[in-house]
Amino acid sequence: MSKVVIVGGGPAGIRAASVLVEAGLRPVLVDEGRRAGGQGYRAPAPNLDLDMKSLMGTEADKYSRLHALFASMRERIDYHHGTLVWGVHERALHTLADGVARTIPYDALILATGATDRIMPLPGWTLPGVFTLGGAQVILKDQGCLIGNRVVFLGSSPLLFLAALQYRKSGASVAAVVDTTPLSAKLVAMRDLMASPRTLARGVMYRTALRRAGVPLIDGATALGVHGKERVEGVRIKDGRGHERFIHCDAVAYGHGLKPETQLAELAGAHFRFDPVFRLWLPETDTDGRAGPDLYLAGDGATIGGADAAEASGALAAHALLADMGRPSPEPELARLRRQVGRLRRFQRGLARAFAWPVSQAAALPDETIACRCEAVTVGEIRAAIQTPLGPREVNRVKALTRCGMGRCQGRFCGPALQEIVSGACGEPVADVGRLRSQAPVKPIPLHAVSELEQTR
Amino acid sequence: MKTAQVVIVGGGLIGTWSAFFLAKRGFQAILIEKGVVGAQSSGVNFGNLRLQGRYPGQYPLSLRSQAIWEEIGSLIGDSCEFEKTGHLYVATNEAEQEKLEQHARVAEGHGLVIERIDRTGLRRRWPWLGEELQAATYSARDATANPRLVSPAVARAAQRLGVEIVEHACVHRVRKNGDGFTIETDTGLTVNCAAVVNAAGAWALSIAEAFGETAPMFAAGPPQFVTEPIPYRVVPSVQAVSGSVIFRQIPRGNVIFAGYPRTVADPVLNRAPVPPQKTLNGMRNLVRIAPFLKSAQVIRVWSGIEGYLPDMLPVIGESETTPGLFHAFGFCGHGFQVGPGVGAVLADLIVDGRTDTSIAPFSIKRFENDVQVSEKLAHEFDAPASPGRPE
Ligand SMILES: Cc1cc2nc3c(=O)[nH]c(=O)nc-3n(C[C@H](O)[C@H](O)[C@H](O)COP(=O)(O)OP(=O)(O)OC[C@H]3O[C@@H](n4cnc5c(N)ncnc54)[C@H](O)[C@@H]3O)c2cc1C
Ligand SMILES: Cc1cc2nc3c(=O)[nH]c(=O)nc-3n(C[C@H](O)[C@H](O)[C@H](O)COP(=O)(O)OP(=O)(O)OC[C@H]3O[C@@H](n4cnc5c(N)ncnc54)[C@H](O)[C@@H]3O)c2cc1C
Repeated sequence: MSKVVIVGGGPAGIRAASVLVEAGLRPVLVDEGRRAGGQGYRAPAPNLDLDMKSLMGTEADKYSRLHALFASMRERIDYHHGTLVWGVHERALHTLADGVARTIPYDALILATGATDRIMPLPGWTLPGVFTLGGAQVILKDQGCLIGNRVVFLGSSPLLFLAALQYRKSGASVAAVVDTTPLSAKLVAMRDLMASPRTLARGVMYRTALRRAGVPLIDGATALGVHGKERVEGVRIKDGRGHERFIHCDAVAYGHGLKPETQLAELAGAHFRFDPVFRLWLPETDTDGRAGPDLYLAGDGATIGGADAAEASGALAAHALLADMGRPSPEPELARLRRQVGRLRRFQRGLARAFAWPVSQAAALPDETIACRCEAVTVGEIRAAIQTPLGPREVNRVKALTRCGMGRCQGRFCGPALQEIVSGACGEPVADVGRLRSQAPVKPIPLHAVSELEQTR
Repeated sequence: MKTAQVVIVGGGLIGTWSAFFLAKRGFQAILIEKGVVGAQSSGVNFGNLRLQGRYPGQYPLSLRSQAIWEEIGSLIGDSCEFEKTGHLYVATNEAEQEKLEQHARVAEGHGLVIERIDRTGLRRRWPWLGEELQAATYSARDATANPRLVSPAVARAAQRLGVEIVEHACVHRVRKNGDGFTIETDTGLTVNCAAVVNAAGAWALSIAEAFGETAPMFAAGPPQFVTEPIPYRVVPSVQAVSGSVIFRQIPRGNVIFAGYPRTVADPVLNRAPVPPQKTLNGMRNLVRIAPFLKSAQVIRVWSGIEGYLPDMLPVIGESETTPGLFHAFGFCGHGFQVGPGVGAVLADLIVDGRTDTSIAPFSIKRFENDVQVSEKLAHEFDAPASPGRPE
C-alpha cells in the first residue's frame, strides 16, 4: 500500500487526513506545532486558562469541530507533532524532532504548510515591542500573553481588526487600528468580496465592534515610522487627509496580510508563477491541488484562502490523490468543494485589493531603514549595490552581494519587500526581478541534531 | 561586429583576473559571460586561500597568486574581506600525521613557514578543538576572502582599465578566421579577435573540442554549510587532513563549513544539489573536531558547479592544436587560490608569448596519454561513476 504523508496540522492538513482515513488509508501527518490546529485554529497550551470560545468569537464552532474531527481520527493516523520538516529530497522528508533527525519516505505527499506574515519594512520596525500581526496572535493564543498594554495595530490586513478585538477581549488597550489602504480601495474590491458575503459581514462586524468600543480606526494612512529610544514609544503616521499624527503606544502589531509558506513545495518540485494580485510567486496547481507527480498542495500554503478554503482544499487534495490512485471520486461532492474553494479564493483576491501590499511604501523607504532583520542589511545598501557598475538586477544576486535574505529566516520575511525594493531600484516590473530560491534546511537546525541511525547505534 | 585583441569567454575568477592583467598590460579585451560575472563556482566557493598541502608542482603558481591576493586592496581598490587568517591542518591518527609531515616538507621546500603543533600545543592554543585531534600543522600565510565579492570587484577594476564586459551573452561558436578568431554569441554579437581565453569553467570543453582537443572533465561540487552568527573566536581555517571537514569563522560570527564527498553537479540544468543527508554528515563531522559548536544552528547550505579532472589538476596553457587559443579551466576545487596567478600567467602568455611561472604540469596535452588518476577521486567523490572516474 502506498505511503501518504501530509505536512501541516492546520485545517487543510486535518481535513485531508480525514478524507484519507475515511477511504481506509492510514496517512502520516507531520506538524511542527506541538498541538494540532495550525495557525487560525491554534490550540492553547494545555494548562492555560484561555476562553477559546470568546477568543474565537464567530469561529468558535468551527474551531471545536476541527479539533473534534482531529481527536476522532487521532488513532487512525501516524501523527508526528513537534516535528519540523526541513528538507525534501528524492521522495523522502527530512525531519527533526527533539534533536533527532529522521527521514520519512513517501509515495505521495500533501503539503498543507499554511502561511506566515508578510511585512513591509518601516523605519523603526526592528525596535523591541514591534511584532508581526500573526506573531501577536500566536503569543496570545499559544501562551495567553499580550505584546503590550497599549497596542497599535498597523498595516493592512483583515486580521488587523480581528487581532485588535482579541487583544481588547484579553485586557489590552487598543490605541488605534491603522490601515494603510483607503476605504475607496475596499469599495473597488467589493465585487470579489461579495463572493463570500458572510465573511464580509464578519469583517464589517469586527470594525463595528471596535468603533463601538471607542477604538480609533484610521483608514488610508501612510506609515511613517515606529519611534522610541530603547523600545516602542509610539508610531508616526500620515492619516488619509495628509495630517501627520503621533500615536503613543508600548507595542505595535504590524503586518500586511499573509504569504504562503512554499519552501517545501519548491523542494518537492512545484513550479512557480508570479501572481499580480498578491504580488507573490505562488506554486502552480490544478483546481484540486495537483502540483506535480504525487505532489498535492492545500490550504494557505498553496494560495491564501482562509480557514474555510483551507479545509475544503485539503479535502480536494486528498480526493485528487485518491483518484490518482485509481479510487472512485465522489463527483457531486468534488464539484461542491471546488465551487467553495473557488469562491473563497476569489474573496481572498478581493481582500488582497482591499488590504493592499503597500508597494509605494517600498519606494519611499529612507536608505537607513533595515530591510533584512537577520543580517541587518539596510535598504540603502541594497540600492547602492544595484547602482554599482555590474550591479545585481535579480534578487538572488542581490542576496549574494548584500546578504539580504541570507540569515536565519532565509528571506521568508524580507523576501517580498526585497522584490519591491529591487524592482524599484532597477526600474523593472517586480515579476522580472526573480524570487529567492528555497533550500534545505527551510528553518535552522542545530548542529547537535543526530540521525536516528546514530542514536540507536 | 566588434573587434578586440583578446576575447575572454567566462566571467569567473579566471576570466576576470585575466581581463584585469591583460588590460594592465595594455591589451584591449572583451569579456563575455553567459550569465552574470562571478555567479558560478567563483561566487559560491568556500573562500579558502590555502597554501598548505597543495600539489607540489603547483607551488610556483600558487605563491605567485598569493602575492597578488596579498595586494588585492591596492590592485583593484577593494580588499574583498581578504584576511591572513592562517590555516590549521589537523590529524586524528598517525597515518594522518604522517601525511601532514609530507605536506609540510613539500611546502617548506617552497619557502613556506610551517609550524608543527603537538597535542599539548593544540590544547593550549585552540582549547575549543576536539579531544581526538593528535597533531596539526599551521601556516600563517594562508588566508581567506569573500568569494561573493571578488569576481565582480575584479571585473569592475578591469572595466575601469578599459575592458568591455558583456553579460547575459553565451558564446556558442568560436571559429578560426585567418590568423585570428571569430566569436559568436546567442545574442547575435560577433567579435573578431587575435586571441581567445577559454575560461568557461565546467562548460569549457565545447570550445576545446571545436578545435580538436579535449579533457576528461566532469562537474561536481562540495557541499557547503553555514551557521547563524555566534561569538567570534576561530581565526584560522581548520581542516581535517582526511578531508572529512573544513571550517572557518568570519568576524561577523557565522561558521562556514564543508566536507567531502562531493556531489555530481549538472552544468546543463545549472544544478548543484546538496542532499540533506550530507548536511547531517557535515554537521556530525564538524562537531567532532569543534565540539563547542554543537548548539549552533545551520541556516543555509549550497554547492557549486566545478570542473574536475581525474588527476585533480587544472588545464592551463595554449592549445595544442590552435595557436592563439588559451585554456584555463577544470580547477578541481582550488581555483579560488590560484585564480589571480592564472590571470597573470595568461596575460604573460598572450602578451609575451611565454611565462616564467611553471605551468608545464597543466598542459591539455597530458590527456593524449593515460593520466595518473588521483587517489582523491576514489575518496572525495560520490559514487556512481563520473566520466573521469576509475572503476
Ligand atoms: C500567525 C497567523 C495567525 C492567524 N490567525 C488567524 C485567525 O485568527 N483567524 C483566521 O481566520 N485566520 C488566521 N490566520 C490565517 C490562517 O492561515 C488560516 O486561517 C488557516 O489557519 C489556514 O489553514 P492551513 O491548514 O492552510 O494552514 P495552518 O493553519 O497555518 O497550518 C499549517 C501547519 O503546517 C505546519 N508547518 C508549516 N511548515 C512546516 C514544516 N516545514 N514542517 C512541519 N510543519 C510545518 C505549521 O506549523 C502549521 O501547524 C492566521 C495565520 C497566521 C500565519
Ligand atoms: C562549493 C565550492 C567550494 C570551493 N572552495 C574553494 C576554496 O575554498 N578554495 C579554492 O581555491 N577554490 C575553491 N573552489 C574552486 C573555485 O571556486 C573554482 O576553481 C574557481 O572559481 C574556478 O573559476 P572559473 O573562472 O574557472 O570558473 P567559474 O566561476 O565557473 O566561471 C566560469 C564562467 O564561465 C561562464 N561561461 C561558461 N560557458 C560560457 C559560454 N559559452 N559563454 C559565456 N560564458 C560562459 C560561466 O557562466 C561562468 O560564470 C570551490 C568550488 C566550489 C564549487
